[in-house]
Amino acid sequence: MEDERSFSDICGGRLALQRRYYSPSCREFCLSCPRLSLRSLTAVTCTVWLVAYGLFTLCENSMILSAAIFITLLGLLGYLHFVKIDQETLLIIDSLGIQMTSSYASGKESTTFIEMGKVKDIVINEAIYMQKVIYYLCILLKDPVEPHGISQVVPVFQSAKPRLDCLIEVYRSCQEILAHQKATSTSP
Amino acid sequence: MVLKAFFPTCCVSADSGLLVGRWVPEQSSAVVLAVLHFPFIPIQVKQLLAQVRQASQVGVAVLGTWCHCRQEPEESLGRFLESLGAVFPHEPWLRLCRERRGTFWSCEATRRQAPTAPGAPGEDQVMLIFYDQRQVLLSQLHLPTVLSDRQAGATTASTGGLAAVFDTVARSEVLFRSDRFDEGPVRLSHWQSEGVEASILAELAKRASGPICLLLASLLSLVSAVSACRVFKLWPLSFLGSKLSTCEQLRHRLEQLTLICSTRKAENPAQLMRKANTVASVLLDVALGLMLLSWLHGRSRIGHLADALVPVADHVAEELQHLLQWLMGAPAGLKMNRALDQVLGRFFLYHIHLWISYIHLMSPFVEHILWHVGLSACLGLTVALSLLSDIIALLTFHIYCFYVYGARLYCLKIHGLSSLWRLFRGKKWNVLRQRVDSCSYDLDQLFIGTLLFTILLFLLPTTALYYLVFTLLRLLVVAVQGLIHLLVDLINSLPLYSLGLRLCRPYRLAAGVKFRVLQHEAGRPLRLLMQINPLPYSRVVHTYRLPSCGCHPKHSWGALCRKLFFGELIYPWRQRGDKQD
Repeated sequence: MEDERSFSDICGGRLALQRRYYSPSCREFCLSCPRLSLRSLTAVTCTVWLVAYGLFTLCENSMILSAAIFITLLGLLGYLHFVKIDQETLLIIDSLGIQMTSSYASGKESTTFIEMGKVKDIVINEAIYMQKVIYYLCILLKDPVEPHGISQVVPVFQSAKPRLDCLIEVYRSCQEILAHQKATSTSP
Repeated sequence: MVLKAFFPTCCVSADSGLLVGRWVPEQSSAVVLAVLHFPFIPIQVKQLLAQVRQASQVGVAVLGTWCHCRQEPEESLGRFLESLGAVFPHEPWLRLCRERRGTFWSCEATRRQAPTAPGAPGEDQVMLIFYDQRQVLLSQLHLPTVLSDRQAGATTASTGGLAAVFDTVARSEVLFRSDRFDEGPVRLSHWQSEGVEASILAELAKRASGPICLLLASLLSLVSAVSACRVFKLWPLSFLGSKLSTCEQLRHRLEQLTLICSTRKAENPAQLMRKANTVASVLLDVALGLMLLSWLHGRSRIGHLADALVPVADHVAEELQHLLQWLMGAPAGLKMNRALDQVLGRFFLYHIHLWISYIHLMSPFVEHILWHVGLSACLGLTVALSLLSDIIALLTFHIYCFYVYGARLYCLKIHGLSSLWRLFRGKKWNVLRQRVDSCSYDLDQLFIGTLLFTILLFLLPTTALYYLVFTLLRLLVVAVQGLIHLLVDLINSLPLYSLGLRLCRPYRLAAGVKFRVLQHEAGRPLRLLMQINPLPYSRVVHTYRLPSCGCHPKHSWGALCRKLFFGELIYPWRQRGDKQD
């Protein structure tokens, strides 16, 4: 079962949340971030080339122009491969674990998997981010030494940064699965 | 809990048979290792499983049945499969079935005993997880470092979860030794059933490595015996040996080569990786050294270098002379004390004059020395670079001397000033109690003390300027040597074999796993594909870096500035005595 809804992130950009219910014990949430806008790309390229042309008229060295082209290309490739995240996915499988995948604009995917035995809970936290107060969803990990302690807080959807309404949807679904998992794991 | 069945991808197209594997009750997961085909004799199956259990210490058992219906589904086969549950008792009993030309499977798990909790179903929900057996067998799981810091006794955490699956497959290697060409009593299907994987080159290398290692080990023990003899422990040679970085590097290489050529087998994968990384590092070093050698000796570059060396040293000495003449005048508009200025300036100028004569004395031999030094590059690029660093140190020895003179003079002055300042205020340093106490001085003591204080104070700018100039020169030389040492450290400690493995066979170094949900239909069990998540490059370098000589500066920036201000001598590298691994 699949459905798609539109939300907005903390800066006002449009996000698309795709939910897939594979089975009562397996759900996937896929958040698509706004794409790289042509306007900002053109603006940055024009600024860099104007500066390079200005330096060229001062120094009369044509190496500056080729260096500017080189830098622009490398910078764009580096941005697409290392910085620009297109899609963030959260896959939660009962009694196996939680998997978070980030896919970059160049196609690279980076995945983290956390086993269910290490997950204590999924909560929505508040944070002060610059001049805003934002909400973010995070996974609390158990501390192996102290039974009631928390060893790590892993934030989810860090680059998409959706607003509270989107987070509540994801939170409710995850809590259903976690509650089901806790109920079945306590039984022998 | 949902029952998880780990099924190898190589058995997806296998014929019907029994599922052989291990049941992990804590995670409620069944790891299927192989499929045993019909026909078989139950006694022989049980014997084989007992043998495997004893050899591998893994609780291998028959977990259930696998049914791959190529033709029309047979009723008799269904009833036969059900009766097998009585022959091989196992709780719970798995029944996996793949339809003819279908992509969807059906899985059932039944428990014969009545469940203790009321209302719990007699049948469990099953989740199928496909895994690549060869990759899981060969890979090595690297748990996150956070876990290893915290615990000493919580060992159950490390064998929990997916680490148990990796562990099971890795230890059941004895089960995978037979392939379908063997004439054994039972027919198994697993990743090696089409033919056991082996490589002729690897086998030849293994056979040849024994005698080669013995030969090299004996040669190396001879070399280390020679280097440990009494002659080298006498004062001049031992002092030189501890100061020259070339000797340090040669010693390090000797240790590494002894490690590689030792005939003891590596006990765990970490030691094996360390040996392989050391071999790769030594080979790269020697290859780069030979390239440098061929470049140096081609087209008489050594001659050009030797011809250029003496004029460069002359030029440096001349520039130093100009600098001293400038200091003896009115440097940067500052007014110096004439007499002290002239004394210090003439002293240093005489030193430079001695140095130039020494260089000119050495100039006919420079080419021969350089030629022999260039030969040392065949021992490795790191040795050549260490030699270069030592040559720079020797050529700039006069700068080092000037720095020491300037620093000692400045240090004496500062100590004198601070002590006389205390006298000026009527206080004294109490050595016994390590604090400043008040003291009543006589009139003549006060008079002489104040006079000396004034003299030292007014002579301070001159000494401070000389100290500043020579310290800057010394720091420049130290920076150049530091860069060379950094490069040597990089070549020494970079784990090339691990990086190459991460690049070409990423599944061998695993940071974890990742799952992908395969095509799903409502009402059918969930199917997932488990793939290996490779270790990021930064963690590979961090985990497998080789121990280097440890020649890092031991001061923080604050301590360094403090030492410079008070005129204490700075030694940028650790001495041999406090080397740490």
